[in-house]
Amino acid sequence: MNYFQEGFVWLNDPLNWTNPGGLFDRLQEHLLISLWAVLLGCAIGWPLGIWLGHRGRGGGAVLTFANLTLAIPTLALLTILPLTPLGFGQPPVVVALAVFAVPPLLANAYTGLRQIDPETREAARGMGLSGGQLLRRVELPLSVPYLAAGLRTAAVQVVATAALAAFVNGGGLGEIISAGFGIGMSNGGGGQIVAGGIVVALLALLVEAVLAGVQRLVTPAALRTDRHRRPTAAAPAG
Amino acid sequence: MSFLSGVPVPAWPLAAPGELAAPADDGPGNPWFSWRYVHDNAGEILSALQFHAGLTARAVIIALIVALPLAVVSYWWRPLTGPILALSGVLYTIPSLALLALVAPAVGTTSDTSVLIALVLYALLVLTRNSLAGLTQVPAEVRDAAAGMGYGRLGRLWRIELPLALPGILTGLRLATVSTVALVTVGSLIGKGGLGEMILGGFRNNFYKAEIMTGTLLCVGLALVLDLALAGVGRLLTPWTRERSS
Repeated sequence: MNYFQEGFVWLNDPLNWTNPGGLFDRLQEHLLISLWAVLLGCAIGWPLGIWLGHRGRGGGAVLTFANLTLAIPTLALLTILPLTPLGFGQPPVVVALAVFAVPPLLANAYTGLRQIDPETREAARGMGLSGGQLLRRVELPLSVPYLAAGLRTAAVQVVATAALAAFVNGGGLGEIISAGFGIGMSNGGGGQIVAGGIVVALLALLVEAVLAGVQRLVTPAALRTDRHRRPTAAAPAG
Repeated sequence: MSFLSGVPVPAWPLAAPGELAAPADDGPGNPWFSWRYVHDNAGEILSALQFHAGLTARAVIIALIVALPLAVVSYWWRPLTGPILALSGVLYTIPSLALLALVAPAVGTTSDTSVLIALVLYALLVLTRNSLAGLTQVPAEVRDAAAGMGYGRLGRLWRIELPLALPGILTGLRLATVSTVALVTVGSLIGKGGLGEMILGGFRNNFYKAEIMTGTLLCVGLALVLDLALAGVGRLLTPWTRERSS
């Protein structure tokens, strides 16, 4: 418990928040990296998943891809990408995180379009809707809850994983933790390590709670169920 | 760019020893894969692999021992299902690095116990959720029939429900194993990352690509091998699912 007290003492010092490289700076970096990674993931995962779901094929490939990325350690991509032409700094971190954001977005978009009752689809066809109209007016509105569920999983995962960027000096809140290890556990670094852990954990829980609310808001009342929708590719921050 | 070229390439004349390697365009002197590296460091690589596999096995086995009773308890007393899944869901949301940062100072960084604790907590949710899903999808008629044949609660669980829940449990076991293999690398934070040590070590050691890539490939390979092995075990244990699907 000693370290926890030190952690709270550390969090109570305003300078630790406002210093250059303090919590506010790191939080801003963290959120910016996460935002770009999620946007990039959406730009790739959603169109692909919607297209595959609309066409109704490629389900096996989606699942294989999602399971395959589960086996790749985040740390590996974070260390490999800076050595490619992407260069050092934040771009490789954003790309690495986006790679892990794509599977939940893709899998949920695909599932969202595939779970629509075939009779609904046939009725729309019977009313004379073309493929594009079917997609825009019927399939997309009905799959919004799944898209939101995918966004939530992907965003939480990205925010959680962004902490690992500190391993390669990529910025973000993980830097607080690694700086604590740099100071040394016995020299007062323990408190900073615990404080960093608390902040990162709270941020992930906060994002989860906010996006769960968003998911509930965009889900039409008729489609709401109490059971949690966990997508196929929910992975802990590895 | 000699991506995965199997042949050790002779050192580039410009990359003199001691010179800081330019990361993006230093191709020939710093190949992505080199058999010479693997050959020269076979001992270290093997011990890292062994540590990695051992830690994964311990974490998954402990998690299974904890998760199965939890799943059974929440299967028997439905009101407990919500709290148990919610609690493990919260644990699952907490980033691995944060969890490790919270556990490590309290437990100590000299042993791998803190990494083990974090890994077990993560594997717990997947295993509990899937085991519970497996148990709840046992058809009601089957349960009724078993009760009618005179099975008690425990006997029914052991002889009827757990075997029928095996596919769900095995799916959870495979997911948990694969993600645990990837997660062990985060243990590098306290120097207990197994193959993650190689990945991070290569990055810190002047961006030694061969070391990074060897660690990555072994990590992914270990996950795939364990996944296939568990899939094989699953096929052997549940022959009825094969007949149904064919």
